[in-house]
Amino acid sequence: MALKTYREALREALREEMIRDERVLIMGQEVGVWGGTYAVTRGLLDEFGEKRVIDTPIAEEAIVGAAIGAAMGGLRPVAELMTINFSLVAMDQIVNNMAKIRFMFGGQMTIPLVVRTPAGWGQLAATHSQTFESWFAHIPGLTVVMPSTPADAKGLLKTAIRSENPVMFIEHARLYGTKGEVPEVEYTLPMGVPDVKRAGRDVTIVTYSRMVNVALEAAETLARDGIECEVVDLRTLRPLNLAAVYGSVEKTHRAIILEEDWTTCGMGAEIAARIGRDRFDSLDAPVERLGQVEAPIPYAKNLEALMFPDEALLIGKVRGMLA
Amino acid sequence: MGGTKRSNSSESDRDRMRVTREEALALFRKMSQIRRFEERAEEAYGRGMIGGFLHLYIGEEAIAVGALAGLEPEDDVITHYRDHGYVLARGVDPKRVMAELYGKSTGLGKGKGGSMHLADVSRHLWGGYAVVGGHVPLAAGLALANQYRNLPRVVSCFLGDGATNIGTFFSSLNMAALWKLPLVVIVENNRYGMGTAVKRASAVEDIYRKASAFNIPAVRIDGNDVLAVRDAVRDMARTARAGGGPQMIEAMTYRFRGHSMGDPQRYRSREEVEAAKAADPIDRWRRYILERNLAEEEELERVIGEIETELEEAVRFAEESPAPEPAELCFDVVVEE
Repeated sequence: MALKTYREALREALREEMIRDERVLIMGQEVGVWGGTYAVTRGLLDEFGEKRVIDTPIAEEAIVGAAIGAAMGGLRPVAELMTINFSLVAMDQIVNNMAKIRFMFGGQMTIPLVVRTPAGWGQLAATHSQTFESWFAHIPGLTVVMPSTPADAKGLLKTAIRSENPVMFIEHARLYGTKGEVPEVEYTLPMGVPDVKRAGRDVTIVTYSRMVNVALEAAETLARDGIECEVVDLRTLRPLNLAAVYGSVEKTHRAIILEEDWTTCGMGAEIAARIGRDRFDSLDAPVERLGQVEAPIPYAKNLEALMFPDEALLIGKVRGMLA
Repeated sequence: MGGTKRSNSSESDRDRMRVTREEALALFRKMSQIRRFEERAEEAYGRGMIGGFLHLYIGEEAIAVGALAGLEPEDDVITHYRDHGYVLARGVDPKRVMAELYGKSTGLGKGKGGSMHLADVSRHLWGGYAVVGGHVPLAAGLALANQYRNLPRVVSCFLGDGATNIGTFFSSLNMAALWKLPLVVIVENNRYGMGTAVKRASAVEDIYRKASAFNIPAVRIDGNDVLAVRDAVRDMARTARAGGGPQMIEAMTYRFRGHSMGDPQRYRSREEVEAAKAADPIDRWRRYILERNLAEEEELERVIGEIETELEEAVRFAEESPAPEPAELCFDVVVEE
């Protein structure tokens, strides 16, 4: 194991898969000369050349559409959208083409495509600070991944690139610099398998992406008071496998879903409904949700800080569930 | 439309060199097959055998048939949703096309796509797409794959006049020109985007001129002249194949039927439609063949007879084929891994 950043882990995954399979190419805005807006693809242009690391115009619908066409034509593109906010420009391509082409034509085509894009915020105001994972997780045909740690990011990106299915691979701008242990040997991680990041007997916290870190810190604080939280990191949002969540709820009898997104019609709504249906008898309390304030994201630093769930809010919520 | 030149004797001699007897009959057969197929589809729709939208290609046959005659069999084809003509022109068995319109398991897409989504990947037919302009970036991507893999294939992307006003048309053409992709864009200008006339929807009525924004060579041709289409597509495909980058053709034509079924056609006069029918591409081709003694009337009638038999079988096949099994709902959503 070696300590690496989330960014480095992603870059290693890209590099290893490009070496392994010459059909893999990267395309997107600023992925080449600039080295990636968040520096994930830095150095790859020098190593693999312009044929395989393609800077594109600012035209998200054409970036994703051309990547779909290239995948139909026998390549394995990794398209980068600078942020998930700009995926809205490409929504017709993602929802109508990327997700449906296989089914619509009776299984004649496969779309081995990965669209990488970060969620995240940092005084970027209303249109540049969003997280839309639930929009994509809503669509049959897509695989949606949202990893929290460098090791998960690397293993899941490698699997995504090798998958015959189209994958929305959602990163997080505020995770790129975070560090974690990454195996030095070749490895991949399976889709649809959550990971229990911390074991505990009192409350199950279901979460993913950056909120895993918030949950772990809150759990650490609560543990000092003898409250043991179990933190389940979903890692994959579609297919949504809740076996680990159910196992945990059978033990803790209480669950809260922590998401950075708005809760209305979000991932938490789906997960709560499934827990309520499938583990109703295990529950000692209603399933709770914690997400961002139902408003557009503001610029002002103090207001923005109030938008997103943090350790203090989560701790308060957990204590309330046990009261 | 740039006026069609009247033939004189020297041009007539040149014309004769342009098409063999065999090819003349093949073009006639294909165009007639599409026409008769569409008429039978229209009839079946009237009987409630076909659901949803049904966009007929009647009047526009010379474009699909001419264009595919100008391409190699391995060249990629991707189209808009008025797509029956292309798959038939490429030689797909009409049984499988009709069965798809009927929503049967024996259809090209197992009944999952219907009229607007016909594909046959084994013949490099990458499908019909129903969100206007949504397939143009896919065409660029297919061309990128061909370029990347050093394959000598061009991609032909068919779209309507209405699709030249949407963003994907421009962003994809820009990308294709920037990367010199082997792509031939064929705009079928049938003068209406649904019910809105080109002049009421496009600030530039000469659609081929839109390509000049990206330095893409473009021509406007008579899309009802099957040889003109074949030759223009062949020339442009040759240039694109040789690394000359994307090319664009605006083929002028006219849709004889409504946009889809049940179109009251308030946007155009009966006189206009009748006048357009005087330029029927199939009648024109028939006259061409007969005037140049490329075939006798009886041979053409024999071809029509063969088509009618073939299409009768296609309709019977579609009607007798089983509907998809309920379990099909869950197949092909994702690849099981």
